[in-house]
This record gives sequence, structure tokens and C-alpha cells, in this order.
Amino acid sequence: MPSVMNALEVRQLRKTYNNGVEALKGIDLCVAEGDFFALLGPNGAGKSTLIGIVSSLVNASSGETRVFDISVQRQRSQAMAQIGLVPQEVNFNQFEKPFDIVVNQAGYYGVPRRVARERAEYYLGKLGLWDKAFGMSRTLSGGMKRRLLIARAMVHEPRLLILDEPTAGVDIEIRRSMWKFIEEINAAGTTVILTTHYLEEAENLCRNIAIIDQGQIVENTSVKALLGKLDIETFVLDLRAPVSRAPVIEGIEVVLRDATTLEASIPKSRSLNRLFSQLEAEGMEVVSMRNKANRLEELFVRMVNLGQESAP
Amino acid sequence: MSVEVSARSYWIGYQTILIKEVTRILRIWAQTLIPPVITMSLYFVIFGAIIGRRVGEMGGLPYMDFIVPGLIMLSVITNSYGNITSSFFGAKFGKHVEELLVSPLPPWIILAGYVSGAVFRALAVGILVWLVAAVFAGFQMHNLLVTISILLLTSIVFALAGFINAIYARKFDDISIIPTFVLQPLTYLGGVFFSVSLLPGVAQQIALVNPIVYMVNAFRYGLLGISDVSLWLAYAIIVAFGVVLFAICLTLLSRGVGLRS
Repeated sequence: MPSVMNALEVRQLRKTYNNGVEALKGIDLCVAEGDFFALLGPNGAGKSTLIGIVSSLVNASSGETRVFDISVQRQRSQAMAQIGLVPQEVNFNQFEKPFDIVVNQAGYYGVPRRVARERAEYYLGKLGLWDKAFGMSRTLSGGMKRRLLIARAMVHEPRLLILDEPTAGVDIEIRRSMWKFIEEINAAGTTVILTTHYLEEAENLCRNIAIIDQGQIVENTSVKALLGKLDIETFVLDLRAPVSRAPVIEGIEVVLRDATTLEASIPKSRSLNRLFSQLEAEGMEVVSMRNKANRLEELFVRMVNLGQESAP
Repeated sequence: MSVEVSARSYWIGYQTILIKEVTRILRIWAQTLIPPVITMSLYFVIFGAIIGRRVGEMGGLPYMDFIVPGLIMLSVITNSYGNITSSFFGAKFGKHVEELLVSPLPPWIILAGYVSGAVFRALAVGILVWLVAAVFAGFQMHNLLVTISILLLTSIVFALAGFINAIYARKFDDISIIPTFVLQPLTYLGGVFFSVSLLPGVAQQIALVNPIVYMVNAFRYGLLGISDVSLWLAYAIIVAFGVVLFAICLTLLSRGVGLRS
């Protein structure tokens, strides 16, 4: 099997800010080429510092960062040519037109103006912004501004796309269209690194995941393997008729969410039959059942809490 | 798949910054090009036409003729400095400077792009003021090469100085302190309105420490053929300032002072 090149390789990366805050405490991380990788962590965990160092906006205190085996510290220009960055904050000139913002960004990466115009039209069109391309960008809605950041990051067609909370504050419909676009980009060969607060986003999109907390990587594995660590699964059960109380079942935690909705948390070692037989005995008819979507969220909270408890 | 870094890609990057700057200057022409022309027109009317008649000759020339080079230089200096401070600090303040910082462009290309933008505005304003001056004093040209080279070098020097100001500035007040308290006094005392040879001994020696004296006089030589200082000394001083300021700018940009955490 041919070895896969790392799109990102971080070795013993440390960052201490001038105010003494140690944002990164010697982290190691590898992201394989072609991966769709999630970087999770609570606020202030060090995610944005890590992305800042990779994109050369933040100077590392020590350690090595390589993008497609090119050192960010020693061959900055070559390394930066491989990266497209969608920052957390809107950072384009709001007095410029979206078309000009995207075309100029392409120019900074050496894309000839004619090609840049064609690509700007393509990416603004793909992201549903073409009809806004020649208006003032400050008049765009929050979701449109986020999509403009993605178009700007893609215009030089980078090998590695880094998205720092790209869907923050974006409504679900637009969020889904952005996911679809990013999935297409990944399918076409671009490596994607995503930080997000929507854990459902990471669970649905990403193949591999790292959890960073207090400047350290506390978990780095595949989403599948991580979810496999869940020993309790939570199901949402919709009942045909309203009930006044949740049934009491030994070894299964059942909570009444509303008159016709139960939430049952069941250890993987226990059979679901026990739950259903008890519900039937109490005259409760289940009309539908689904897995609760925030499985990753449960794990994430558990891991971060564990980290905080073990912190000195 | 990705764009490779090459001399051609740097050239495109430089052109992009320059086009962006020129577009900005022309888009807001009422703020960038017209005000200095109006201010200088008032100087020509008041100091040249009204007061100048009573002043008589300065340096062997009618006072109106004498002040033309200094007033052109005054507008070149303030516009070169002002353009780069407002543009680069604005990019820093609005965070869109990050578009450049995450790009493959090396510091010297970014610097060259912004300096070229400032030079464009300085030359545009300088030419407009010169046209206005021609209405009052007629066109005069003693040495075209000296005129153009001094104009270019001076605008580069003040663009570089403005760039350093923009790098260290944290709020908009910080980009007006140097022009108000340093640049304006130095320019007004830099031989724009008078010949330094009129100053008494010690004051003349002090005036000759001011680099703007050399710029104004060298430019006056280019237009009118008279100067209080040696032309070659003026070139040496302007080039030396340019080299030192360029080195400082590059060092600050490479270290990311005020730009990268």
C-alpha cells in the first residue's frame, strides 16, 4: 500500500504569548492528505493558535510545522501557497465588492487576473453569491459573508483548506449547502481541516478527529473509533398516546421529555428488548425511534471534563 | 493543483497590491487628490500672489516662483506619508491585512506594493499642484532628470517612513501624531517658504540637520536651477534615508511586529 503524504504535520509545537499564556504545550499532530479532519476543543483550548501558526499569522515559540512536507517556519511562501484559510472572524474589506475581494486574493497567490476572474465567477456562483458579486460586501448577510470567506479561500485552489468555525451563526439551510460544497471540495482531493462548535457537523462530515484542550491533544483518532468508545447510547422514542410519567426500568435511564417523547439511555451491554417489553407492559406504544444526534457531544464533554479534573 | 511560488507569481502579487491601491485612490479622489490641490491653490493665492508681491525676490527669483517647488514638495511629502499610513493602518485595523499575511507574498513584495501606491498618489498630487502652479507662475524646468528623480526618491522615503508609523500604530490617533508634530514643522521649516541662507549662523546650522531642506532644495534646483545645498549631498542624504528606512520596514515586516502574534 503506498504511503500517504501528510497534508499537515506538527511536532512539539509550543506557543507562549507575551502575556505569559501558554496556548500550546508541545503538541504533535498529523493530518493525512485527502483527509476530512475535525479539530475540536472548548473556547481557549488552543485551536485558533494552532491554525494561526499553520497559516503563519502566529509565530510559534518552538516546534515544527510542515504542510505537504514544506516547513512553514523555513519555507513560508511555498508552504502558504498550499493553504486556503477561512478564518473565524470576517476579515475582508467591507468597502470592497465580493468579486474584487476574491480576484485580489487570487492575485496574492500569483493567479493571473484573467484566470482569477473566471475562478471568482465560478466560486461565487457555486456558493450562491454571484448575484451579490458587484455590490458592497458590507451589505451581505452574515451567512453570505461566511460563504464569501470560503470563495476567497478557494480561489487559488489550495491543497489544504482550513476552516475555523465556518458555519458559526449560519442558519441550518445555508449550513447544509456549505457542508455540501466542502464535501465536494474534499471529494475532489483537497484536504480539509475543520474546527467547529457544532459537533454534529464534525460527526457527519469528518473522518478523523483531534480534541484539543488546555493546549494539549487529548484525543486523536477516527470519528468511528471515537464513537465506538461510547458505552451508552441514547434513543428518542415517540409514543402514540401521551403519558404522565416515565417507566422505571432497572439498568436503563428513561426520562420523559414531553407527554409523548421518552429519552432512554441504555448501556451497550443491555438488550433493547428489555426496554420494549417494559414499555409494552405499561401500555406505551412506540411509533418511532431514533438515535440521539449529539453522541459526539456527550463524548466531548466527558473528555474535556476528564482533562479538567486531572489538571494540576 | 496548487499555485507554485515563482518570480512571476510575485510579480502578479505586486501588481495586485498596486492595482488595489490605485483603484482605492481614484475611487475616493475627492478625499485623496482634490484637497491638496485646493490647499496649495490657496497657498499660491495668499503667499504667492497677495503677500508675495510685497516680499519681492527670494534667492534671486520672484517669490511666487521661489515657493512653487517647495509647495509641490510639501504636497508630495504629506500625500506619500498619509496614503501609506491610512491605507496600511486601515488594512491592519480592519484585519484585511491578514489576506496578505497568509499569502505566499514575501515582505519585500508587500512593502513594494504599498510604497508604489503611495508614490502613485504623491506623483498624481504633485502633478496636479504643478499644473495649478503653472497658472500662477508658468511652467519652468531646469533639469528634468533631477526633478523626476528627487520627486520619486522623496516620495519613496516618506512612504517608507509612513509604513513604519502604520506598523506601530494601534489606533487612528497614532497615524496623525507624527504628521502633525514632526512632519509638518520639519516641512514648513525645510525651506519651502524661505531660503535657509537667510537664517542667522546657528539657526542655519540647525536648519541643515533637517533632511527636508535637502529634498526641497534639490527639487528647487531641478525646476529653477537654484539651491542652498549641494545637489550630490542632497542625493546622498535622501538615498541614505531610503536605504535605512527600507531595512527597518523589511525587518519589522519579516518579524511581524504589530501584525503577527
